[in-house]
Amino acid sequence: MIKRFLAVLHARNLEFVRDRSALGWNIVLPMLIVLGMWFLFSGGEQPLFKVAIFSGGKPLASLHNAFLETRFIQYYSVSNIQSAIRKVEHDQSDMLLDLHDPTHPHYWVNESSPKGYILEKILSGEKDVHYTRESVSGRAIRYVDWLVPGVLGMNMMFSCLFGVGYVIVRYRKNGFLKRLNATPLKAVEFIAAQVASRLILIMLITIAVFIGTDLLVGFYMSGSYLALLLVAILGATSMISLGLLIAARVASEELAGGLLNLLSWPMMFLSGVWFSLEGTPPWLQRAAAILPLTQLLEGARAVMLDGAGVVQILPNLLALAGMTILFLALGAFSFKWKND
Amino acid sequence: MPDIIEVSHLVKHYPAVKAVDDISFSVRQGECFGMLGPNGAGKTTTVEIMEGITSATHGTVHYQGEPMGPRFRSEVGIQFQSTALQDFLTVRETLHLFRNFYPRGMLLEELAKLCALEDYLDRDARKLSGGQRQRLLLALALVNDPVLLFLDEPTTGLDPQARHNFWGLIRDVKARGKTVILTTHYMEEAYLLCDRIIIMDHGRIIAEGKPATLMAHHFQDAVLQLPHEDFRPARGAFTEKVMDVGEYVEISTADINATIELLLSYRVPLSHLQIRARTLEDLFLELTGRELRA
Repeated sequence: MIKRFLAVLHARNLEFVRDRSALGWNIVLPMLIVLGMWFLFSGGEQPLFKVAIFSGGKPLASLHNAFLETRFIQYYSVSNIQSAIRKVEHDQSDMLLDLHDPTHPHYWVNESSPKGYILEKILSGEKDVHYTRESVSGRAIRYVDWLVPGVLGMNMMFSCLFGVGYVIVRYRKNGFLKRLNATPLKAVEFIAAQVASRLILIMLITIAVFIGTDLLVGFYMSGSYLALLLVAILGATSMISLGLLIAARVASEELAGGLLNLLSWPMMFLSGVWFSLEGTPPWLQRAAAILPLTQLLEGARAVMLDGAGVVQILPNLLALAGMTILFLALGAFSFKWKND
Repeated sequence: MPDIIEVSHLVKHYPAVKAVDDISFSVRQGECFGMLGPNGAGKTTTVEIMEGITSATHGTVHYQGEPMGPRFRSEVGIQFQSTALQDFLTVRETLHLFRNFYPRGMLLEELAKLCALEDYLDRDARKLSGGQRQRLLLALALVNDPVLLFLDEPTTGLDPQARHNFWGLIRDVKARGKTVILTTHYMEEAYLLCDRIIIMDHGRIIAEGKPATLMAHHFQDAVLQLPHEDFRPARGAFTEKVMDVGEYVEISTADINATIELLLSYRVPLSHLQIRARTLEDLFLELTGRELRA
């Protein structure tokens, strides 16, 4: 059994590595996207000051705070003060105001943030209220730092879904699967080899792109590499399994392409590749949580930006493992060697 | 010789077609067994049921006296009518891939020699010519040193020279004592290679036996061919068994001497006369009223 599995694994690896155009594209595309976004967003200062308000659930309008009427400042409400403090640390928010107790208001600023400094000066002009100052420090997180996991995840998603799904449908359509079915090779051996081959290659590519991108733009990575590797492996496996499930029965490349697009495009926009889902309606966030790319990106960003370890991202890891098992079981159960 | 494979009352229905309609036959160990018929006769469906690739609607297939089990996959070799191979692999790598699917089999060097692939082992399999590709597919079917070999229209699309080369390979394979089941719509191929044949049409068997015996049973005559122009003076004297075939007329006759004398008596020039023996093509025409490749 292991001999047959290794034979298919080796053959598939050779096929992938020798397909130079596809291999090059898998490496070059994500780096180009990251570089492009870096150039686009690195120079453009955002026009507004962003101030997070923790009000303990009260509407901002009901607070009757004069500072909140200052023009050219964007105020937004937060419910989790710890996560809001981290955002100030990372310069994703210029200031955090805790107004849940109007008699003892607090504010947080980043010592090294020029916008925080200006906001602090404006706040000190408020004569009626005395604010308690809390200072934090931390490296600023740029959009590109936030984007890197997204682009790497998206590259993984396309490679996993199309690289496995499309290839198997092509094998089925041109009769190669039928030929394999005429040998003692079992479906589970074939599927396992496809998963393993794509997983090894996509992990090698992702690591290469990760290092290459870091050398180019020097992104932020504060957490455990082991946790990042683990979430990446599980994320890739779950998406390969999803590709296999789509390809389990389909014999038309057009239909497979349509189905794979139907999965990949919502993931591109709902899983938070380009933009954070914070502030979107809760139902949308719940819907996005069932997508493997969402779980992968949540886990990867928690590790890279917030310094999370394996324990903190355990819910994401479990969700990805569950999806993998579900997709693989359904895929193996419904797998068809040939087109009727 | 004992039967290696036995087909009983095989039926296969597709939604709009009855592809195989209650056929029974058996194949003996060591023989080359031919399945003939035009496109759509049900040959490929029958052979795919025998290979365990397609399921039958009714009927059974027994291999060495038992229903087909896991042993069957390891002991048979199959060459499909058309098979794509994995991209970006050389001939050697493709053979190696398939060799690893089986617990036992032939050495790669021996296989390459048998199938005349020694000079192409390191070539990308996509860059092979039609004949070389068919030889690679044959090698893949032989990679496990099978006792039973299925060849489904292996020479379709090959040029005459490649086809003759391929026939030589099949004879070599047969000489190794392997049972070969060959489907084809080339009657010449079946006549040259097969010990026994069945002829199928519309999912049924319409003739079965040794090619020479079948021919002898249905035909005791030969065919004389003459150009239309040359034959014209004698046309009135031949009311039966004359067919127009392209630029020629074909006269069927059991007594060649008498026919030639009759032609001479009408001063028919015989310099373009050709005499040919009956072929399986004729037999198919005789049995169905249709040409085989129609």
